[in-house]
Amino acid sequence: MHAHPRVPGVHIVSDTQKAGLSPETVLAEMKKNGVTHVVWLPDSETNWLFLLMQAEPSLTLVGVNREGLAFSAAAGIAAAGKKPLILIQNTGLMESGDSLRGWAIGLNIPVVLMVGYRGWTRTGVSSDTAATYTERFLDAFGVRYYQVEGDTDAPRISIAFEEAMKTKRPVAVLVADEYHGFT
Amino acid sequence: MMDTAEMLRIFNRHRGDAIVVPGRGGRHWVKISEKPNRDLPLGDPAMGGHASFAMGLALALPRERIVMFDSDGDIQMGMGILATIAEQKPQNFYHFMLDNGCYATTGGQPVPNATTIAYDAIARACGYPRVHACDNLETFSILVERVLAEPGPVFTWLKVRPEVENQPIGARAKWRTRTAGQAILDLRRELGIVEQ
Repeated sequence: MHAHPRVPGVHIVSDTQKAGLSPETVLAEMKKNGVTHVVWLPDSETNWLFLLMQAEPSLTLVGVNREGLAFSAAAGIAAAGKKPLILIQNTGLMESGDSLRGWAIGLNIPVVLMVGYRGWTRTGVSSDTAATYTERFLDAFGVRYYQVEGDTDAPRISIAFEEAMKTKRPVAVLVADEYHGFT
Repeated sequence: MMDTAEMLRIFNRHRGDAIVVPGRGGRHWVKISEKPNRDLPLGDPAMGGHASFAMGLALALPRERIVMFDSDGDIQMGMGILATIAEQKPQNFYHFMLDNGCYATTGGQPVPNATTIAYDAIARACGYPRVHACDNLETFSILVERVLAEPGPVFTWLKVRPEVENQPIGARAKWRTRTAGQAILDLRRELGIVEQ
């Protein structure tokens, strides 16, 4: 195992951006908003959360192997009065269109999707089409989204939870982690 | 092969207080069930997701027994959920699968490899600790009591007769008496779940 190599001087970022979004901050947001179950499929943008979530006794982790299944599983959890969070990558989000439509939007499920924003770059220049279509996809389904890049953006996660509960609809949080992921 | 409605009538005698997600058997179940507030006849929100929905219910309601009537077409579309269910091991989850060998609501075209696929072997290989198969009502009437007495997750493969629909969707008889959202609200009230 070795750290993902970085070339000094290639990325020009502020200290805040360098700090990125810490797993402790995300976990604190989950607990603050009463998340009971995390339905997830590992992705390169949020993989750093796994060990912390696994060690958190208040969370049940439900791993799926295709992202569309996350939406129906979360709908069942929410129908029973618990609070799921969906944690997937943008590639899997796009695979999940019909489940998002039928299980989450169709059943009025107030759920937050934390979506690893693969391919996103601060400059907007990316050869990864996963990034090209992410926001267009969410717009097509009328799903609102908030982008988080670092700990200072963390309050947007709570805003997403509040909005999901108020509107009884899914709301997305795009985790635009240019430096922890493999983009 | 079994008649789905007859099979559901037999199941109803053993249902107890279980919460039932009738899936593709919904149009028969709504006429049979005596506890509609403990039913979730959702229609078809999106194909392939019924088992994961029911698993979510089972994980979130560990003190309730959850019975799901899945279908072969749905399972083939979302087969990966079998591994997730086996990993989560919800002891309150009873997963029945109606196998009519075809996509009945689109005119009866066969599902892939309908004649030789072994769903019980797939479920067992995914890690379900208890798996059954049944193709006649006589056996089912004995088996169902045993299945519901076992700790979940239990997978039971049921061979049923196809009930093929050829009319356009808009011309078909509407069997649902409530919207899916209303059914969820009714279940929550039944269970005393406070709206958030």
